[in-house]
Amino acid sequence: MLDVGRHPKIELMAYSELESVEGSAGCFTARVRRKARYVDASKCTGCGACAEMCPTDVVDLYNEGHSLRKAVYSWFAQGIPSTHAIDTRYCRVFQGKKCGICQKKCEAGAIDFEQKDELVDLAVGAVIAANGYTVFDPGKIPEYRYNQLANVITSMEFERFLSASGPTHGHIHRPSDILVKKEIGQLEKQEKRAAKGLARFEEKHGKPSADFYNEYKTGEAAEDEALEQWAKKYEEYLPIQERLEKLRTTAESFRTAKKLAFIQCVGSRDLRFYPFCSGFCCMHSIKEAIIAHEHDNDTTSVIFGMDIRAVGKGFDEYRVRGGNNSNIRYRRSRVAEIVKGDNDNPVLVYEDTREQVVKREEFDLVVLATACQPADGMQELADILGIDINRFGFFKTLPENPLDTTREGVFVCGCAHSPMDIPESVAQASSAAARAVQTVTHANLLKVS
Amino acid sequence: MKKKNQETQEDLRVGVFICDCGSNIAGHLDCTAVTEYAATLPGVVYTKENLYTCSESGIGEIQDAIRKHQLNRVVVASCSPRTHHPLFASSCAQAGMNPYLFEMVNIRDQCSWVHMGKKEVATGKAKDLVRMGVAKSVSLEPQDDIESSLVRKILVIGGGIAGLSVAESLAGMGLEVILVEKQKKLGGLLRSLNTLENGADAEERVDTLVQSVESSANISVMTAATVKKIDGYIGNYRIIVDGADGTAEEETVGCIVVASGAVPLVENGLFGHNGKDVITQMELENKLKDSSFAAASVVMIQCAGARDAQREYCSRICCMTAVKNAMIIKRQFPLASVSILYRDMQMYGDEKEQMLWDARGMGINFYVYDPQQPPEVGEGKVRFFNTVLGEPKELKSDLVVLSTPLVARRDAGDIAALMRVPTDKNGFFLEAHAKLRPLDFAADGIFICGSARYPVTSVEARTQGIGVAARVGAILFKDRLVKSAIVAEIDAESCVGCMGCLNVCPYDAIVYTREAGVCEVQEILCKGCGNCAATCPSHSAILRGYRPEQLLAQIRAI
Repeated sequence: MLDVGRHPKIELMAYSELESVEGSAGCFTARVRRKARYVDASKCTGCGACAEMCPTDVVDLYNEGHSLRKAVYSWFAQGIPSTHAIDTRYCRVFQGKKCGICQKKCEAGAIDFEQKDELVDLAVGAVIAANGYTVFDPGKIPEYRYNQLANVITSMEFERFLSASGPTHGHIHRPSDILVKKEIGQLEKQEKRAAKGLARFEEKHGKPSADFYNEYKTGEAAEDEALEQWAKKYEEYLPIQERLEKLRTTAESFRTAKKLAFIQCVGSRDLRFYPFCSGFCCMHSIKEAIIAHEHDNDTTSVIFGMDIRAVGKGFDEYRVRGGNNSNIRYRRSRVAEIVKGDNDNPVLVYEDTREQVVKREEFDLVVLATACQPADGMQELADILGIDINRFGFFKTLPENPLDTTREGVFVCGCAHSPMDIPESVAQASSAAARAVQTVTHANLLKVS
Repeated sequence: MKKKNQETQEDLRVGVFICDCGSNIAGHLDCTAVTEYAATLPGVVYTKENLYTCSESGIGEIQDAIRKHQLNRVVVASCSPRTHHPLFASSCAQAGMNPYLFEMVNIRDQCSWVHMGKKEVATGKAKDLVRMGVAKSVSLEPQDDIESSLVRKILVIGGGIAGLSVAESLAGMGLEVILVEKQKKLGGLLRSLNTLENGADAEERVDTLVQSVESSANISVMTAATVKKIDGYIGNYRIIVDGADGTAEEETVGCIVVASGAVPLVENGLFGHNGKDVITQMELENKLKDSSFAAASVVMIQCAGARDAQREYCSRICCMTAVKNAMIIKRQFPLASVSILYRDMQMYGDEKEQMLWDARGMGINFYVYDPQQPPEVGEGKVRFFNTVLGEPKELKSDLVVLSTPLVARRDAGDIAALMRVPTDKNGFFLEAHAKLRPLDFAADGIFICGSARYPVTSVEARTQGIGVAARVGAILFKDRLVKSAIVAEIDAESCVGCMGCLNVCPYDAIVYTREAGVCEVQEILCKGCGNCAATCPSHSAILRGYRPEQLLAQIRAI
């Protein structure tokens, strides 16, 4: 990524969108909208002082919603370019409130609330669409209860959990536990505030609130407006403290997730959603299970799939190794349903075909291998590029020329072409580059003119 | 000597940059303390702790410091030089410092990772390593990159769909190609196929491509020819090709592409293979092609001779081939019964999975068999254990078709030896990086595509072939070749010509000159491994950037 960013012959236009492509192969005019970042790219050093001071927390989608970022932000720490951007949907200034702290904090003077979108016309010989894919929303599958059960997550969320720079610093905490801990944090704040209020009375009367409350209840305490207020305050405090105690006891038993289930073909090979195979999910589930086991050797994983498609150089060997060395079991089954079990544990209902019985098995955490869905905005981009989409929703190509779309000079590679893994995407990217070069070679340009 | 050192030290201006790598390093050692410590080292005039030194802002800070503080040595203490040395060195060069005066210290792998949880130990060791790095940087010398010329011609070995696609694409970019094919006719494995997976006639498809290649002025095709000898280096390979009529032709090329393909496994006796009623998919293709196919019930067995102890790999294309042929049979003979016994149907991606849906819709039967109890073939029947129903099953079969894997060519090892490139344990060519550099060899200027690397479909072979063209173009469209100056040199004065270095050089980069009686390094071939320097008994061979005095300075700083 950095190599691309530093390459003298590559101009990166991040946070930009293609608006139109006029002309023909060899001499296109591409109009690109450079969206306003409200941060001057020529001044911003990417130091992050603005984000440090920004008072507005926003759910961080890079971490799949499991952490917070600020309204002025960079998508992730090593992103290229490091120029930050202001999210106008949340920034206080754009919401008409008083703020502008980032502007004051930025030593480079890069914050510019007046910045406007910019339209740039590029003269190019060829266009390559490499707009990737979108992760399927498993909430659409009612029987997997993704939206109801906290401990059912997608592989992308699991990736972030496994990452040392992710929301859990690489430890696999169960999301339900994280929620409880979050609540404990909030309750602790409330308790502190309530206790502070009680302390005033306790100091004045020289006894603990609990003793006073007993007296008050039994009618021993004198009737007094101030005392009644004390009692009222204590009545507010009690449930907070009770809930806190309860949650703390629950939290004592929290452990990282050790018994994992991976469900394959979530949204793919499913006629309700996408009939195709997403190609890479079997491998990433095996990889995630292996990494989880490396992180904690007590971890066991079961991968539920119709077929385990380890198709690639060294892939089947990797699958076997995962089974032998990393406590992974592969179970041929399409999981019918996920239901809620005790202790927030998801329970998988599936048929064990070997034993011919329907089984219910409890896991700490369930990871859904979600489909490689055609990227959001595929149709819009196809319209702009003037190219066709195939029956699966990806850009249409012919097998004779696997990189060529239906418009001459416009090429496609990666998951915009069809679901594929990294080595295939890398090889295809080179191929698309070769096709683009051929389009702009002198001889072909002469032909065009 | 001492005086000289003191003089240089006054001119030295070392900048030290300590990377936090987010929490990857800073989480396990005290980077701030290491930075403060670095400032106390002799020669150091500037220190900085970065959140990510490799980020755009981190690089910017190095470049600014070089300009502002006139740094003439830069030391970065961060991660592995393997991944990041080129980036930092070239960034220094952009800021006007000689890149060979850059030194890197690995405090991630060697400190934060191996001493995780022992913050003090890790911090102490990081200080030691930084001190050593600074000591070495002080004795580094500026170097100039080595430049060499490029011949804009490419040798492509193999005239199957991958090789044809490489040649066609390179010619389309205006480059000259020599295409060498062992067989008399171009086309490779596709010539023996009946149809492609999309139903197109395989031979017609390959003929179109062959015509385009043969009619191209930029491509010279040599059929019934083999490459006999390759030496030289990127940009200037000298090759000798033995032609059809026994003539040997000499050529010079800039890059080499291996597209020598693979062959389908035919193993006598495998599941009773006899070429008659137990045949391979390839033999079935022939039967379908010449219309000699006749069978009322066909059973196909997947992973025949693959994914077992002998051949662990999945051959990627056999499931698709089986489904394709099953559908052809079913279309021609709707009443025929076709069953496929499989372990996992590898119909990855969109079109192939759709084929599987369609095949099921056509009434082709799919059964999962247990590899622990492989199917038994005999007396017009196939018996196997149906793992989905958990019971043994028997199928009638007039014809058993084995889906055997593509295996490496027997002569793949010879081709590999010509260029000194590696093959894997299955005999396929081994690329530089399985994920990020699938089309490159670790050796510069040599590339790989198609089934010679690992079995691929015709579409994938074509994609890879076109992709290699871009990799080659990226080298040959440059005016000159520039390579690192970190190479060995041999002092002719002290060399006694024992040839010890010659024997340990894995790149054949050292030659013995009889007249002078000494060994010499061919700089352009040298990869800077240092074997010769370690071997030389008279210390005549040294590796630039790793001279004994530079390494000793580093060791003495411990």
